Amino acid sequence: MGLVSRGAAAAGVGAASAVVRPGPPHAVPHPIPTPPPEGAALGSSRVPGMVLKAFFPTCCASADSGLLVGRWVPEQSSAVVLAVVHFPFIPLQVKELLAQVHQAGRVGLAVLGTWCHRRQEAEESLGHFLEGLGTIFSHEPWLQLCREQGSKLWSCKATRRQVPPCPGAPYEDQVMLVFYDQRKVLLSQLHPPAALPDCLAGDAAPSAGGLAAVFDTVARSEALFRSDRFDDGPVRLSHWQSDGVEASILAELAKRASGPVCVLLACLLSLVSAASACRLFKLWPLSFVWSKLSVCEQLRHRLEQLTLVFSTQKAENPTQLMRKANVLVSVLLDVALGLALLSWLRGKDRIGPLAEALVPVADHVAEELQHLLQWLMGAPAGLKMNRALDQVLGRFFLYHLHLWISYIHLMSPFIERILWHVGLSACLGLTVALSILSDIIALLTFHIYCFYVYGARLYCLKICGLSSLWRLFRGKKWNVLRQRVDSCSYDLDQLRLLVVAVQGLMHLLVDLINSLPLYSLGLRLCRPYRLAAGVKFRVLEHEAGRPLRLLMQINPLPYGRVVHTYRLPSCGCHPTHPWGSLCRKLFFGELIYPWRQRGDKQA
Amino acid sequence: MEDERSFSDICGGRLALQRRYYSPSCREFCLSCPRLSLRSLTAVTCTVWLAAYGLFTLCENSMILSAAIFITLLGLLGYLHFVKIDQETLLIIDSLGIQMTSSYASGKESTTFIEMGKVKDVVINEAIYMKVIYYLCILLKDPMEPHGISQVVPVFQSAKPRLDCLIEVYRSCQEILAHQKATSASP
Repeated sequence: MGLVSRGAAAAGVGAASAVVRPGPPHAVPHPIPTPPPEGAALGSSRVPGMVLKAFFPTCCASADSGLLVGRWVPEQSSAVVLAVVHFPFIPLQVKELLAQVHQAGRVGLAVLGTWCHRRQEAEESLGHFLEGLGTIFSHEPWLQLCREQGSKLWSCKATRRQVPPCPGAPYEDQVMLVFYDQRKVLLSQLHPPAALPDCLAGDAAPSAGGLAAVFDTVARSEALFRSDRFDDGPVRLSHWQSDGVEASILAELAKRASGPVCVLLACLLSLVSAASACRLFKLWPLSFVWSKLSVCEQLRHRLEQLTLVFSTQKAENPTQLMRKANVLVSVLLDVALGLALLSWLRGKDRIGPLAEALVPVADHVAEELQHLLQWLMGAPAGLKMNRALDQVLGRFFLYHLHLWISYIHLMSPFIERILWHVGLSACLGLTVALSILSDIIALLTFHIYCFYVYGARLYCLKICGLSSLWRLFRGKKWNVLRQRVDSCSYDLDQLRLLVVAVQGLMHLLVDLINSLPLYSLGLRLCRPYRLAAGVKFRVLEHEAGRPLRLLMQINPLPYGRVVHTYRLPSCGCHPTHPWGSLCRKLFFGELIYPWRQRGDKQA
Repeated sequence: MEDERSFSDICGGRLALQRRYYSPSCREFCLSCPRLSLRSLTAVTCTVWLAAYGLFTLCENSMILSAAIFITLLGLLGYLHFVKIDQETLLIIDSLGIQMTSSYASGKESTTFIEMGKVKDVVINEAIYMKVIYYLCILLKDPMEPHGISQVVPVFQSAKPRLDCLIEVYRSCQEILAHQKATSASP
């Protein structure tokens, strides 16, 4: 961090006023020429008259004099400087180093020019010496950057030795300096707005348009940044890591430990998935039950995710790495929340009172339902009903209710034990606990579901019959039978809506925890330069006659796009009931299933 | 080189346009919007608090008053941070691109940079919205079709200056774009 801030301060980003020195001592015979008139230079392979952009790392702004090493992009007329080679050096060794980096990263580097950082007033000899270097390393155009010690004013020159193909084009180009933070550009990942698939990841990437080429060049030249100034290599370089290669003990230990841990966990997980796929669970009643319970879906989803994270294959591209990291952080958070819930449940002995309160509540609900049925079997609101049908359906429902109440009373001694085990399952994650809770609610309100099914089916029959009758008998008398089934069905509908709403909320919460990319959001919050949407420029202090200096900074990705790009695929175990279709189904009497059906997706 | 002139926007508010010519190939235009007026702020606050007091006299619940204060504060902070734009800047750098920055009243800055390779042209468009208004926009090239336009990006959307201000900016942009087109005309 210190290196970067020093470099930035030295590059004159601060607001301090600079002492203006006279022009550079080594003789520039004429000032930098103005760009040529339009139409003067046409038909050459480079772009004459186009301003030459020199991307210069902020960490090298305070480095000693030397050679500039980097990559030249002719299509955009831009030179990306990666490092400065200091004296003394042997030209052959420099060329070898560049060839090594070329092999490692498939990026063509070259010596682009010279860098002169003047410490004292009279260093004319250095200037001439640097000019002479142009003959050893020939490069078109040859860049000469010069800076006074402590001054914020730079001078840049780009000369061409070849005769330009058309007369009138200048021997020198105008230069624009763009400073960039090498560390941030290296670690950042550009997210292009138009998702061109695999365009930036392929082998032809060095010709990627515009500023993506700068990011690409820096990322591929990582081999150049591996040595620092404490190494005894043949060539002495200055770059962002030259003050000491960045490393962290924890990261190294984690890397060493992750190999065997991954192998072990992968074996365990494969055993578990093999056990769950055994033939015993495929028998018909069990397989039906497993597919309908949301707990099983959630557990299966988690198993898949953990297999992905602990697989021994390395991630191929940054997207896969992000996905793995997101899944791991999401699972860890889930387990942490589950353990918090567990400790809360155990802490004040909440399970006992909860279990004791459950049976009286169920009793109360059953009593209310009985009253409702008795009222309907009599003369509800003074209306005369079809007595025989009344009695049949009423008694059928009452018997149903009686069975259910007996079942609850039978279960009551075991409820505390069941709740204890449910609480224990929170160790696997909060989502698992929520899924179990949702399933228990579904099971406890099963009788309501049965009543709802009977009522809805009858109502649906009535509606079908009525609609055909309506076509025949328009504007005739009101059918009393319809009213009876209606009122029964509406009250149950309210209860059914409530249950569906609660289940829906729980599934929503589970889905949220499952699909939110927490690692990416954390990265965006703490290290915003890692996820880049683009770049932004700032113009630094400028004087007439001097080259234009810009500072290039990384524009981070907005939070909405982070979530959208890195969202984890959800298991889809929730019943997707948009409220509109729910109301429509209630009105027309179509059944609302509490679990996901194949045909439901279109509804 | 820097100069400042005063213009007005389509609603009649005062705008200040600051032009900076860093070099023949780099220019910056900075439009400052009218500030948040104390009058409208006071009016909104008074309305909200009167309504809350009316509810309080109905319900006798003091939570309503604290909720009203809370809502006013949050609303003001949200407005300053997400809605109220103080200054809009357009920076054109020949052969690099065009950058648009909006600075909000809370200090937040949101920047968009469009590379020169994607810019087709900068034009002034006319729109009919209760009356005729003019706005400056950047046309982006379509990678598929050489003469097509893939996107129209409007500039100075919250400042909304009038035609005289837009013409100044348009002329400067065209000078730079013309130079850019001439130098990139050779393949």
